[in-house]
Amino acid sequence: MKFSERWLREWVNPPLDTGALVEQLSVSGLDVDTVEPVGETLPGVVVGLVVKAHGHPNADRLKLCQVDFGGDGPVEVVCGAPNARAGSKFAFAPVGTRLPGGVKIKRSKIRGVQSHGMLCSAWELGLGDEHDGILELPEDAPVGTDVTGLLGLEDVSIDVDLTPNRGDCLGIAGVAREVGALNRVPVTAPEVRPVPAQVEYKFPITLEAPAGCPRYVGRVIRNIDPAARTPLWMVEKLRRSGIRAISSTVDVTNYVMIELGQPMHAFDLDRLERGIRVRQAVQGETLQLLDGKVLELTPDILVIADEERPVAIAGVMGGEQSGVADTTRHLLLEAAFFAPLALAGVARRFGLHTDASHRFERGVDPQLQRQAMERATALLLDIVGGQPGPILEAVDDDQIPARPAIMLRPSRIARLLGTEVAKDTVEDVLTRLGMGVEWQGETWSVVPPSYRFDINIEADLIEEIARVVGYDEMPSRSAGATSNVKPPAETSVQLQRLRLALTARGYQEAITFSFVSEALQQALDPDSEGLALANPLSSDLVVMRTSLWQGLVQAVLYNLNRQHERVRIFETGLRFRLQEGELAQERVLAGAVLGPVSPEQWGEARRLVDFYDVKADLEALLGIGGQAGSYVFEAALKAGLHPGQTASISRDGANVGYLGALHPRLAAQYKLPSTLYVFELALAPLEQGELPQFSSLSRFPVVRRDLSVVVDESVTAAALCDVVGQSGPDVLKNFQLFDVYRGEGIDSGRKSLSLGLTFQAHTRTLNDDEVDEVVARIVARLEAQFGAELRG
Amino acid sequence: MHNVDEILTQAKAQVRAAGDLGGLDKVRVRYLGKQGQLTAVLKQLGQLPAEQRPAAGKAVNAAKKMLEALIAEQRGALEQERLQAALSEERIDVTLPGRGQGLGGLHPITRTLERVEAFFRLYGFDVVEGPEVEDDYHNFEALNIPAHHPARAMHDTFYFPDGRLLRTHTSPVQIRVMKERKPPLRIIAPGRVYRCDSDQTHSPMFHQIEGLVVGEDVSFADLKGVLHDFLRSFFEQEDLEVRFRPSYFPFTEPSAEVDIMGPDGWLEVLGSGMVHPYVLENVGIDNEQYTGYAFGMGAERLAMLRYGVTDLRLFFDNDLRFLEQFR
Repeated sequence: MKFSERWLREWVNPPLDTGALVEQLSVSGLDVDTVEPVGETLPGVVVGLVVKAHGHPNADRLKLCQVDFGGDGPVEVVCGAPNARAGSKFAFAPVGTRLPGGVKIKRSKIRGVQSHGMLCSAWELGLGDEHDGILELPEDAPVGTDVTGLLGLEDVSIDVDLTPNRGDCLGIAGVAREVGALNRVPVTAPEVRPVPAQVEYKFPITLEAPAGCPRYVGRVIRNIDPAARTPLWMVEKLRRSGIRAISSTVDVTNYVMIELGQPMHAFDLDRLERGIRVRQAVQGETLQLLDGKVLELTPDILVIADEERPVAIAGVMGGEQSGVADTTRHLLLEAAFFAPLALAGVARRFGLHTDASHRFERGVDPQLQRQAMERATALLLDIVGGQPGPILEAVDDDQIPARPAIMLRPSRIARLLGTEVAKDTVEDVLTRLGMGVEWQGETWSVVPPSYRFDINIEADLIEEIARVVGYDEMPSRSAGATSNVKPPAETSVQLQRLRLALTARGYQEAITFSFVSEALQQALDPDSEGLALANPLSSDLVVMRTSLWQGLVQAVLYNLNRQHERVRIFETGLRFRLQEGELAQERVLAGAVLGPVSPEQWGEARRLVDFYDVKADLEALLGIGGQAGSYVFEAALKAGLHPGQTASISRDGANVGYLGALHPRLAAQYKLPSTLYVFELALAPLEQGELPQFSSLSRFPVVRRDLSVVVDESVTAAALCDVVGQSGPDVLKNFQLFDVYRGEGIDSGRKSLSLGLTFQAHTRTLNDDEVDEVVARIVARLEAQFGAELRG
Repeated sequence: MHNVDEILTQAKAQVRAAGDLGGLDKVRVRYLGKQGQLTAVLKQLGQLPAEQRPAAGKAVNAAKKMLEALIAEQRGALEQERLQAALSEERIDVTLPGRGQGLGGLHPITRTLERVEAFFRLYGFDVVEGPEVEDDYHNFEALNIPAHHPARAMHDTFYFPDGRLLRTHTSPVQIRVMKERKPPLRIIAPGRVYRCDSDQTHSPMFHQIEGLVVGEDVSFADLKGVLHDFLRSFFEQEDLEVRFRPSYFPFTEPSAEVDIMGPDGWLEVLGSGMVHPYVLENVGIDNEQYTGYAFGMGAERLAMLRYGVTDLRLFFDNDLRFLEQFR
């Protein structure tokens, strides 16, 4: 809701300056978005009377005007405006005036004739975009008066960002009511006197859908002057409210809407057939709108129809064929109340968010229609003339929203606000807001006014009290500690720990969009079914990610394009997969690594990151919580990843994630300079750790034996280690794989694996013989199982 | 005994001349070893007349002690010298940069969320999460936003063909928690939310932190208190001016926007209010017995104010030059 401060002050004039008024509106719930001057002040621009006007001797389109502007005598001015004519008054800028935009008016010769000033258009004065003619001023404007003062240009447009509950403030009247209540100052509405009928013209109005339209007020005005111009004061008020002047009739209906909050519509009476029916549309009916668009109507749409066809979508927009035009002589004016629910969704469905629909959806005062009709009639008669008929009102009182009384308890006020509010204050505030308040011994009975659609329950009233007294006046109770502070279970691994482990290993956290392009989703995770949006913003953001790799790969590419050769990023969040029709939203942690293993440095040769570097990062992660041993890495195939460099990671037999190199085909497609490694792990298993349990330390010395065996390439390290682990008795404390060798001395297709075995007993010192025996047993098992040979 | 003095003089000269520990040891062996010259003199003592022996023995022993002391002293000096040489040789340029992995960092949004969570955990709030693909009931209906409610226009919603949607706020977590648990409740719910809107000041995805407290003695005063404390703690500014301004959310009544005073005036930082009785009713909580408050704040907004980030879109470009500024 945008309005002029001066206009508001015609209604209510609290002793506050603009800043204080704006602040007051904001802190009472009418959030002021912007405050803008309505125009530049125009020092020097005055009212000029064109005394004489005749043709320019050297130019057909120009005129020579004698302009009286209260100085020593009329001056001669060359003017090209078609509306420059003798006897009228215009905005005049004498020589020396500086106009908005910095143009300085100088004495100048135009086609051989001296011009002593300029007659100005609204556009030239910064008052809108009208520049076809010069700005015509009222006949009674005194010659020589300052235009700045005459037009009240020392004014601001205040734009209030109203919340949807405050439809009552979508008019000057409503804002004035609010300001009056907040400041305890009187509100003076312009006098609206009933305009008596001058012709007995009647037009039947039938309410066929009274639930949607319980009240429809119409009025015929005959013989208007369609050429009459809208007066400057009205054009200016509309302009300051953000509304462009269109034609005098439409301007008046808009004016009443801004002033009182009642949307109105004007039909060309000659183009209506026999009467008005407010009804639901019939399937198959169409309506051509003012903007030329043709709408297919359905029975859930409330329309205004004549006896033949729909002529308007109720409360949204009028039809093209029945609207007022330049030639319209007779009007049917409409001021109706449409129930918010009857209009719900219609404007949105057709993309027709209009000033009218905005108001009706939020609620227009159902008692306002007659008043608005009288106001519009009076204004129209002043401007376009004509003879009004009687007011035609169709109403179904049963359908007018009832305002049942609301019970308000002092105890509830105290409970909700944390403080008691004095009885007098409660009654004063509610009364100022136009409510009927009655104390009934222990509670109040409160009846809200017809325009407050947002007040229905006790809590609504309590908000009004808090709001008008001031939220800042309400007490504040510091929370302090509570007794139910519970630290998380020690066995749970907090996400924060996992994140910090990664950042300590050089990873940077990323946050990527949860939706990705279909192409990316398909390329990186073709085996998962993704969920696509019905209304995506762009083709890049269509499918919910089925793996975080989709966003991470994009982030990698983004950074490669910005000359980052080394990228280590991770992300946590949900991935979205359709599994047998059910959507799984699973929390995962994923990463992408590319480029040199270390930041550029002086001491070591540059080496690109490889599978095992990233695996070490994952092993570090999996070790948090003390259950590293429960995870198993196995060679696996996964679409999008290199078939020979992919590991599936599982725990208790269930897959928890993957680590692998991006498939070379994709790497080529994305023009990656080196191999990109990616991983993704389900978070739930990672977050489940175990409580450490101490086992006693042996006081006896350890014995170490190194063992190198040659096996076929197909024997995996994990398989070999499993067998070693199983065959060692208790005294085999642990073992490490410390060398993998291929080449000279080893047959091709075979490899040598070296293990360092550590032995220690708990109760005694081991002797060499028993260690040798254990080693021999292990070697025998390896021979039997894998055909392993001991390497010399 | 003339011989002993001579030997000693010679030995002393050789000890002093020894330039390294090896040379010194040779000198020691030459005079004090099994075949050494002083040892030889000692061995010959037996051949002396008995009356001369004590004096001669004394003299030789004295010479031996003196020589041993001298050698020890020289050894100490040489060792010291060798250590000094080694230390000097092992000198490194400590200003060369360290090698190995650098330090990564958390995303500024995560950092912000963690700070917010840390505050509220201290106040006894549980941190809970909810699904991001939501249904109409939890995102709108149960929150007192029926179909066609004008408030829905404020939420440009992403829909799926089956009618499900991407949550437009974290408020549906309120509904899920209230349906699962019994009051008293104190939770916050951080997470991603989505609006079908994208320009310089709108991102189709952003983060909110929802808060909900329901209990038998929970009032607007508690809401004001906790948010005052939170904002002052978050911005680490004890005198931060905080303003509560009436507003409208369908799921709270009374509702308040909360502003803080910035360098250029008031800045809106979060929305809040007392849980609407209809919302409590929708989840089966007796709204006469219990009252509650709720609040919701945008993590990006908080992070922008806190770290001076000027463009919302930077958060999701994942430009390392941006991310690496948050260590």
